[in-house]
Order: sequence, then structure tokens, then C-alpha cells
Amino acid sequence: MTTYYTKDHEWIRVDGDTGTVGITAYAAGQLGDVVYVELPEMGAKFARGDDFAVVESVKAASDVYAPVSGAVLEVNSALTEAPEKVSEAAESAAWFVRVKLADAGELSELMDEAAYAAFCKGL
Amino acid sequence: MAMNTQGRPTAPARASSGSIETVSGSRGLLQHEDLLFEIGTPETTGVDLPKPKGLKSRLGGVARKVDTGLAGLSEPQAVRHYMRLSQRNYAIDLGFFPLGSCTMKHNPRLNEKMARLPGFADIHPLQPQATVQGALQLIDELATWLKTLTGMPSVAMSPKAGAHGELCGMLAIRQALIARGEGETRKRVLVPASAHGTNPATAVQCGFIVDEIKANARGRVDMAELREKLQRTDDVAGIMLTNPNTCGLFETDIKEIADLIHKAGGYFYCDGANFNAIVGRVRPGDLGVDAMHINLHKTFSTPHGGGGPGSGPTVFSEALAPYAPVPFVTKDEDGLFRLVEHVDGDAKDSFGRMVAFHGQMGMFVRALTYMLSHGADGLKQVAEDAVLNANYIQARLKHVMTPAFEGYCMHEALFSDAFTADGIETIDIAKALIDEGYHPMTMYFPLVVHGAMLIEPTETESKAELDRFCDSLESIARRAAQGDETLKGAPYLAPARRLDETRAARKPILKWTAPAPESVAAE
Repeated sequence: MTTYYTKDHEWIRVDGDTGTVGITAYAAGQLGDVVYVELPEMGAKFARGDDFAVVESVKAASDVYAPVSGAVLEVNSALTEAPEKVSEAAESAAWFVRVKLADAGELSELMDEAAYAAFCKGL
Repeated sequence: MAMNTQGRPTAPARASSGSIETVSGSRGLLQHEDLLFEIGTPETTGVDLPKPKGLKSRLGGVARKVDTGLAGLSEPQAVRHYMRLSQRNYAIDLGFFPLGSCTMKHNPRLNEKMARLPGFADIHPLQPQATVQGALQLIDELATWLKTLTGMPSVAMSPKAGAHGELCGMLAIRQALIARGEGETRKRVLVPASAHGTNPATAVQCGFIVDEIKANARGRVDMAELREKLQRTDDVAGIMLTNPNTCGLFETDIKEIADLIHKAGGYFYCDGANFNAIVGRVRPGDLGVDAMHINLHKTFSTPHGGGGPGSGPTVFSEALAPYAPVPFVTKDEDGLFRLVEHVDGDAKDSFGRMVAFHGQMGMFVRALTYMLSHGADGLKQVAEDAVLNANYIQARLKHVMTPAFEGYCMHEALFSDAFTADGIETIDIAKALIDEGYHPMTMYFPLVVHGAMLIEPTETESKAELDRFCDSLESIARRAAQGDETLKGAPYLAPARRLDETRAARKPILKWTAPAPESVAAE
């Protein structure tokens, strides 16, 4: 399994042709306490860069963008009840959706962990 | 002669007031106040009415079966409740209100006097038009002022707030595209990242798709990205842009932006929320704007923020004028004013009607009073003084706080939180301002600036008031830079201390529930 990152602070952990998507710990830290998460419907399809979820903190509401094109296989509905999980475990238990990748080639345009860490340092 | 040498002590007591507990819960003349449900009970009543006799209920099976549970109060209890709450309010009549983007300027009392004239205050929108010619003339005259100040040929007076004006403008754009046969193909609206949140919301409400444009390092529209987004033109409906923008900066490329959008076949919607900064100096019509709402409750001093309804007349270019909504006022050849109320004749291409009647009449009277009492030259000075005041604040604070962008600002000064020590955030500074007796500035907006603090003084604050505010904020900023942990506990002096916003958002308690009746344990 490899994890990729976007400039908009989403991560995707890829296993075969499925990926688990969430927002990064850096993003969660910047947002402050998360109070609400809006997730897509099962089966929803989106293209890379589409907004597929909304995360709301005490500071602002932010769109979450799809790191790759795909269709939603599973949503982490636990986040709706317990949005604080995003603040606590952004890159593990607080995943947003599992998707079926439409085009694995898109992954090559994302950052790996080291590149993302360097990217955040420059912000 | 016996002289009382003791007299009445005039020196203030030495004791710290914070440590004194009172039995009533009041703090001196700041009265303690419970909720209505805690003051009264369903068993008490302030008004004794005799039980109705001989009346048969006609409600049949739909009569309420359970009590409403509403508290019974006497008139003085109710009056005092609201009076006490009002004393805890913060208002523009009470102090400086530096909320950025909101233009909290003084509401002149002359406006109020004019709005209360019975010829304006006591008329009804369904009265025969011959009996309200003065009111119609006032709407027409205000419309003329708005068209002149913006350099635009047409105005819709009916929108009832800023975002409603945006909706009006975007509906006109949609109607124009439908008339061109491109209503289904031109769906993309470009919106800068720094836009007011209502802009993308309005576009979506009208069925458009929002395409966000980034800001450049100077806080303005990134022209390279705009050009790239206009590579494809056949799906472009238009652009929504605020000028001066939400970073308090003038969009210097605005003419080119307008030309690019027009060349792409789209329309240019300008959010007029910040017109206060340019009124009398810049005519949006000259910049290529096709539609713009004007917040009478900002630029033209009518009350808002809990003080009164908004009003958002929307001006249109030649290209969009035919699609403007009904109703509007016209002047017939015989000198009589007439309302055009239906989509036919003079208004056959109109997109329709947005409101039941003619808009916020009370605000029209106030806004026109403000215009007439300033005159054209006075309005020009409004913009100049608003910009001067904001730059004064920026200049006074830039050595202790971090201006978000280099150079002069327009009508609002924007700072980032870069100057604060680790652990001290924008919200701590905002809360500390409450202890200093000020309403906090706009915070964490615009989103393009980290920990944004947006301060809009407006033209109606004196230099003395600005100095007092800057002294307070400067001292807080220095404490923030030094990492003064006591800021995390502010406000200390407000009726309520810092609230747990996270818990309030995650687990809101939206309904009052009666406390459990006191147990008989007292026996």
C-alpha cells in the first residue's frame, strides 16, 4: 500500500484499484476543531479535483477535493456522529471514503510522503 | 452651629470590584437576567382575564391537548427583560464597530427623522398609485442617484439585501443567456478565491457551476490563471468579482478582466459590497461592469446588523437592462409616476419578480436623505475618508502587526497572524478586544490570509476614536507577539467568559428544558 498526497491536503492510500481518502493531519491542524463532516453518497462518481465532501471547523467550512477520479465504494459514516475524529486521527481512523480508482495513472501526479512534508514546510 | 464634618464620602472604594459577590447576581447597575422561562412559569400570568362564558369551542378535534408551557409574565417583567438584555448589546450607537467587510458606519439621525414622515411611514404598497406619487418620486430619484453614481443605465430597486441583489444580477445574466439561446451551454461562472461566500452560493443557486480563480501574491486576481480558464469560452457565463476586493485592495486589472470576460461572451457581475471605498470616485459602469448590487445598508448609511433590514438595489448595463426584474417606477409624459408591475410591454424581457412589492421603502428614504445631505462632493469625501481612516489604522499598527499585503489598502486594513507567538491565535486577540470594550474585527476571513484580521473603520470614526482603538489593539498585539498566555483566557470582563464554540457546534443545545423540580429532600 502506498500513500499519496495532494497540494490541497488530501491523502489517498492505494491498495490495488481501490483507494482510501482523507485529509492530512497538517490540514486538520490548520482547520482547528472540526465540528461537522459532510460525506458523499455511496456510488457517487467524481472526477479528480471535484469537491466531494465538506469539513467544517470552528473557523471555516472547507471543500475536500477528490485526489483522483473514481466512484465511492464506502463512506466513513462514523465521522458524521463524531467529527472530532478528524482532529484526532486524520490520517488513520478518520478516513472519509473508499473509492474505486477510474484511472491509476492519475496517481503519478500526486506527491509521496517526503514530497508532501517538504511542500508543507514551504507553506 | 453643629456642622457635619463627615459628609458623604466622595473617594472611590479601594476594594477590587471583581472579588465582590452579590446576592442578586447583578453586578452594580449591570442587571442579572434569567431566561423568560426562568422568570415566569406557566402557572403565573401578568394579565387576569375572566374565563370566557357561554362560548362553545369551534376547534373540534384540533384543539391543543397539552399546555403550551409558555411562561406567564407581567408587563414590567417583560419590559425589563428586554431592556436588560439590550444593555448587554453592542451597537454602532454605543461604540466603534470595526467589522471588516460590513461597513458599520454611523446611521445619521436625520435619516430616521425623514423615514418617520407620515407620507413615507404610513403608506401601504397596495394604495392607489395616485395617492403615493411622492413615494414613487422618491424611489425614482434614488434610482437616478444610483444610476448616476455607478454610471449604469438601469437599476432594479426591489432586492432586499446584498445577497438578494447578487441573486437579482445573476438571474438577469441567466435570462440574457437564455435569450441568446445559450442558457444550457454557458454554465461556468468564475469566482476569485477571496470572494464573499455569498458569491459562489448565488451562482450555484442560479444553476451555474463555480470555477475558482486563485489570488496572486499581491492579493489580486491571478491574471495568468484567469487567461488559462478562459482558454475555453463557449461555456463561460461570466465572472463575479468584488472591487475593492475582500482583501481591501483595488483590483488593478479590472478593466482587462472585464474585456476578457466580454470577449469570452460572458457577463461581469461586480459585488458592490465595498462601494463605500470608491463612491463618487469611480463609476463601475466605466470599468465594464454589467451588474452590481449596492448595499444601501453599508455605503448609504442605513442601519443593519440587527438594527434594520438590508436593501440591495442592483444596477445593470445596457446589455442586461432589458432583463431586469419588475416592478420598477417610470415617469409618464404627463409627469405622473407609474409602477411597471408585469412582464409585458415595457418589461417584456424581464426575468420576472423577486419580491411582493417594491423593496425596502424605509431604507430608500434613509439612503436618499444621506445622499442629499452629503451631495455629490460629500459622497466623494466619504470614499476618501473611509480609505484614509483604514490606511491610518494600517500605518499605526504595521510595526506591531503583519499587514497581509504590501502597499496602501482601500477601505479596510487586513493583517495576518504572522506576528503572534506560537500558541497565540487571532481569536485570542479578538477576545482581548472585547475586554477593551470593542466589538472584535472580522476574523479568519478572507480565507486566503492566514489567521486574517480585517478591520474596517469607515469614514464616520474620528481620529481620537481611531487612536483609542489602535492603542488598545497595539497593546494586545505586543502581548500576542510576546506569547502572553493570559490572552488565552480573554475576555475577562465580559458578561460571559470565553465560550466553548467547538462544543456548541458539535453538541448544540437548541431547546430550553425545565430543570428537574426541586426534590422534597429539603424537608
